[in-house]
Amino acid sequence: MEPKPTALKILDIAAILLLLAALYMVFIYAPMEATMGNVQRVFYFHIATAWVGMMSFIVALVAGVAYLSTSDRKWDIIGVAGIEVGLVFLFITIVSGSIWARPAWNTWWTWDPRLVTTTVMELVYIAYFMLRQGIEDPDRRARFGAIYAILGASSVPLTFFSIRIWRTIHPVVVGSGNPDSQGTFDMSDPMRAAFFFSIFTFTVIGIDLIWHRIRLGRFADKVERLKMKVMI
Amino acid sequence: MIFGILLDHPPTTPDTTGYMILGFAVIFTVMAIHIFSLYQRNRNLRIDLSLLEEIEDEES
Repeated sequence: MEPKPTALKILDIAAILLLLAALYMVFIYAPMEATMGNVQRVFYFHIATAWVGMMSFIVALVAGVAYLSTSDRKWDIIGVAGIEVGLVFLFITIVSGSIWARPAWNTWWTWDPRLVTTTVMELVYIAYFMLRQGIEDPDRRARFGAIYAILGASSVPLTFFSIRIWRTIHPVVVGSGNPDSQGTFDMSDPMRAAFFFSIFTFTVIGIDLIWHRIRLGRFADKVERLKMKVMI
Repeated sequence: MIFGILLDHPPTTPDTTGYMILGFAVIFTVMAIHIFSLYQRNRNLRIDLSLLEEIEDEES
């Protein structure tokens, strides 16, 4: 594996420092929400991880389009990195949302449009890796992966707009409020600051992890090529 | 009037600290598992690479 670039080292340190600052903002700077209590603090990272998950899937979409137009393997590696990181963060979103829902909605899970579309999105991208596992030829695998990543990306806007299209109890944080939502709250200025800072922090963490995963993908590709050479 | 004041009084904030701790524990555990998995896969690839290089040297 090539030595770690200085920019990535700086990004690693920045991600750790930003995470510490975000924890300060969430636990000390932002006040406790009066109706839900301390569990509302989970919301800052819940939204931030959802944002990173969706952003990573958009990265995979762009990489998919780029692969189909160039057939350059590097785009396949970027696509895989985007989807893996997106899956991890979206899983965190689903589980942390369920934990928040227990005291806010009095249930761990309900068949709400937002919860369903998010879970479907997670399953769609888990199936991406199952598809790849079933194809041995690397070029064919990359081509099918790219097409799947493009098609799978349709679940991203569907999930994002689900709380705006359908009647749902999930709160709408950005944009107009939903009269049917339960567990919604007005953000004070310190809460808003903690919210946007968390989004920024997790964006940096997401980019950092995608970069690390791309490097791992390149390394795996190099080992795979050497393996093919030695075997022949 | 007294009942009116009692009804208008905002409810006390529930203690949901346990759920908060559980939420953050999940967030950090999943992230730590992913970072560990990246490290472990990198380590395994290094082992594979050194073995393959040894075989390549022996063959040449």
